[in-house]
Amino acid sequence: MSLAARDVAWSAGGQPILAGVTLAVPPGGVLGLLGPNGSGKSSLLRLLAGLRRPEEGRVSLDAAPLAELRRRDLARRVALVEQQAGTEADLSVAEVVRLGRTPHRGLLDAWSARDAEVCQRALAQVGLVDKAARRWHSLSGGERQRAQIARALAQEPSELLLDEPTNHLDIQHQLEILDLVRRLPATCVLAIHDLNLAALFCDRLAVLRDGRLVAEGAPGEVLTAELIQQVWGVRAQVTLDGPDGRPSIRYRLG
Amino acid sequence: MSLPLAAEGARPWRWLLGLAAVLALAASVVLAASFGEMPIAPLTSLQAIANGLGLGPYPVERIVQGIVWEYRLSRALVAACCGAGLAVSGAILQALLRNALAEPYVLGLSAGASTGAVLVMLLGVGGGVLGVSLGAFLGAVLAFAVVLPFLGSGGSTRIILAGVAASQLFNALTAYIVATAANAEQARSVMFWLLGSLAGVRWPDVWLAAGVVLAGLLVCLACARALDAFAFGEDAAASLGVAVGPLRLLLLAVTGLITACLVSLVGAVGFVGLVIPHVARFLVGPGHGRLLPTCALIGALFMVLADIVARTLVAKQTLPIGVVTALVGAPAFAFILYRAREVR
Repeated sequence: MSLAARDVAWSAGGQPILAGVTLAVPPGGVLGLLGPNGSGKSSLLRLLAGLRRPEEGRVSLDAAPLAELRRRDLARRVALVEQQAGTEADLSVAEVVRLGRTPHRGLLDAWSARDAEVCQRALAQVGLVDKAARRWHSLSGGERQRAQIARALAQEPSELLLDEPTNHLDIQHQLEILDLVRRLPATCVLAIHDLNLAALFCDRLAVLRDGRLVAEGAPGEVLTAELIQQVWGVRAQVTLDGPDGRPSIRYRLG
Repeated sequence: MSLPLAAEGARPWRWLLGLAAVLALAASVVLAASFGEMPIAPLTSLQAIANGLGLGPYPVERIVQGIVWEYRLSRALVAACCGAGLAVSGAILQALLRNALAEPYVLGLSAGASTGAVLVMLLGVGGGVLGVSLGAFLGAVLAFAVVLPFLGSGGSTRIILAGVAASQLFNALTAYIVATAANAEQARSVMFWLLGSLAGVRWPDVWLAAGVVLAGLLVCLACARALDAFAFGEDAAASLGVAVGPLRLLLLAVTGLITACLVSLVGAVGFVGLVIPHVARFLVGPGHGRLLPTCALIGALFMVLADIVARTLVAKQTLPIGVVTALVGAPAFAFILYRAREVR
């Protein structure tokens, strides 16, 4: 068991965003959250991260309700990479990554050799070791995203949630980030728009539409021409000719 | 390049710099005790201070001893506490509200304090039992109570707007009272009070200010790492394990108490709480473990020096200290901003 949402509902400003969503995240591997803009992907990630309380239903981590976990204990298990992290503070990459140790350090704990080691490893995993001293404001979009992932890894999470980590990145960086995510030793849940990349890198997919879960399963089962037509209103041709028989999608105009 | 992931405090020169700043602060306090209408040699001031601390006896004239110990030293120490407290409060609010323009008065506390003060000064509210200070303190607390419902939840913009609204409301009340009840002389004294004045502070004020500022600083230091986690916003802080709501309420209350207390003692001294945190950040970076003590030191030093200038710039007249902090501080800050642009 990992994170699980049971029958959760959530609304914002009187507008229902999620309704009756039940989703169990399988431990290990990568779960992709798909759906059109405004379908509730980010909101579901926030509920899974414990940043918002569901109005109905509940979210649990290893069968323990999130609401009963202390914030700090939760932050040692579940890390979140937000869609567009921004700051006014003049931080270096190393300082951003060090923030990830916050939930592991008590009030009087000094910065330990282990803290430094975990941060160093996180930087190495995202390939930013030689940019550790660079200022946040001088980083490119891809580097910022990788720095945030390193910060999340420094939390040593067993589950890592990523909200559209490939947004605004060129294709090379998209592939780099997704390949990195796939090789991480954590259960990953990521919201993503690109169906082909989702099919390529995710072990399972969950599809949201208008705040409801409409499909869940292996990429080959979920991504069918009918579903794409039904959820996105787009005509597509799906062939199972990707690696390991994964689906690849070609869109049709008109 | 230094190792970016090395242990904190691994650089001893930082401690030396801190020590140098403490010594500079001590020296500025001695200077503040020497300057004034009756100049006293710094060595004599030092001896008088030593006498007061029970380290004497040194041969110092009784009247000089009295001036240094009873008047100027207490005044300089309140100035130091005031600068430290306002700068630390400003740094906390800027981090918490993620707004570079946040300052200790952003929640309307100074406006509330001024309303409380003029109620006592002009309308005689409290029938002489309430002093101006207590009236100002109660006014600040009232302003805090007005914005309190907005502090627990909602974004920082909402908090700032609530503070702006409270400021406008209490400023209007103050203006109304002054316009309807004050004669020209009273209006002038109100204006002086609003701009900040260290006149009339004595030792009991020192103990009050020092106690509140020190206790507040300790609480804030204990929250330093949690404040660092706010760099990428409240959700980011929450996902790093920070209990955002309770922490925000605690720190707003602590900075509110510090501010209310200082405003009630010396009036609404501007500039320090807004600008010193930026200067400190420029010197030691955004990490609050270092930033907050740096703010306290620079704020204290700046305020003591500003008070010396306020007492000596115009002969036989003491300027409101708020005028000096802005007159001296604004160009200095502009210079730092300009330099910072070149460095980055």
